Amino acid sequence: MTDDWRPTATIETLHERARLLAEVRAFFARRGVLEVETPVLGHGGSTEVHLASLSAQATTPAGRERLWLQTSPEFHMKRLLAAGSGPIFQLARSFRDGEVGRRHNLEFTMLEWYRPGLGLEALIEETAALVSSVLGPELGDKPGSLRQRRYRELFREHLAIDPFSVPLAELRRLAGEVGDLDMADSDRDGCLDLLMSLAIEPHLGRDGLDVVVDYPASQAALARHHRDLEDGAWVASRFELYLEGLELANGYDELIDAEEQAARFAADNAARRAAGLSEVDVDTRLLAALANGMPEGSGVALGLDRLIQLALGKSSVAEVMAFATPRC
Amino acid sequence: MANYSTNEFKGGLKVMLDGDPCSIVENELVKPGKGQAFNRVKLRNLMTGRVWERTFKSGDSLEAADVLELEMEYLYTDGDMWYFMKTDGSFEQYAVEKKALGDTEKWLKEQVPYTVTLWNDNVINVTPPNFIELEVTETDPGLKGDTAQGGSKPATLSSGAVVRVPLFINEGEVLKVDTRSGEYVSRA
Repeated sequence: MTDDWRPTATIETLHERARLLAEVRAFFARRGVLEVETPVLGHGGSTEVHLASLSAQATTPAGRERLWLQTSPEFHMKRLLAAGSGPIFQLARSFRDGEVGRRHNLEFTMLEWYRPGLGLEALIEETAALVSSVLGPELGDKPGSLRQRRYRELFREHLAIDPFSVPLAELRRLAGEVGDLDMADSDRDGCLDLLMSLAIEPHLGRDGLDVVVDYPASQAALARHHRDLEDGAWVASRFELYLEGLELANGYDELIDAEEQAARFAADNAARRAAGLSEVDVDTRLLAALANGMPEGSGVALGLDRLIQLALGKSSVAEVMAFATPRC
Repeated sequence: MANYSTNEFKGGLKVMLDGDPCSIVENELVKPGKGQAFNRVKLRNLMTGRVWERTFKSGDSLEAADVLELEMEYLYTDGDMWYFMKTDGSFEQYAVEKKALGDTEKWLKEQVPYTVTLWNDNVINVTPPNFIELEVTETDPGLKGDTAQGGSKPATLSSGAVVRVPLFINEGEVLKVDTRSGEYVSRA
């Protein structure tokens, strides 16, 4: 007899989790943001090179077809925005193949919300307020000290390099040294990801909330670009929020240009082919929605399980999930 | 031997790293939401006992190590080598070098089962049971009436280990000892 049938969270934790979910819903109700539910399955999937999508075979009126499990509810929610939904939020089950660990679970709860007409700065404020209200009065005071850090500044401070201008050979050497592995065939973003993960992230959010802004343009995904005031380099209009060394949320000034979006999807799939990965069907309905016109605005995706983990003082996401992947 | 990919790494898996057999202690996925994934892996080098921390690109693989852990009884020593026998009924014997025996040398007792680690059929490690019962061969005379508390004194056990014991313990008594901490537990 094994104990494998048991939940990975205690029943007491599940009570706490339910209370925090209610707090999230109350937060958005107070601010007039509509809760929506969109499908977990879609005809298009995430083309991102570093996200592995799961898919399922389904029989639909169109016959037998392949549907993709969402890596976040972004595409469906943007179609609602284009249809005139106004501000919306969702507690959405999301799926990322291969991502299982202390901070990851194959399926997890993404809290995602969109604010038409709102700029990135205002969304950062709102994200910090949401985090504080979930953490509660005792822990929530600490994130009152919200610090904005530029991606470049962090690399200068912790590694004494400018991530945008350092030659690739030097970047590979440094990444190889920090990670003690061979990075000779890695690209710029691969090296930067390693350095960010090992040398910078662990220091973030140790003294309140840290918000990282101005990511390299190559790490923009579905965010717009803007010019860095310092030297005019293109950067992504994107932010990441960190607390206690954990990456909690990822926000964008949303890309609303259908052609640019189509080009990024195509570039992603080309990169997937080059890396020997299978291509992912592009969400043509999202492109049609953008072409029809999506209001300008910002949106953010927050890993709710991680936030609950921090709020309850647990050491892994599994401890705040009824049945984490190894026991599902 | 087979290869294991980072997503198959889990506690206890035996792999080869830098020419030495290792046991995976911990495997942590490190991945920025939209970025490349890495694995931070802690491995115990089975030859030295040291724990290494290494980073791998997710999807990288390591060769499996031909490592077996078997239960064997201690038989005797000829001064050069120490001899153990499988407890599976095969009576197969293995000779163990002092280097592989390490600290376990001071916890040896005939007919007690030990966990013996084999790599390519050579013994590389011997682990004693967590608790073992051994006779006191040398200690200062016991103090009558002092059974409750008070100080402690060193006692040499039949295996050669020296442990701190309560003052009331006498030579010839058999004690239960925790081999992990080297501490006295109780009279056996």
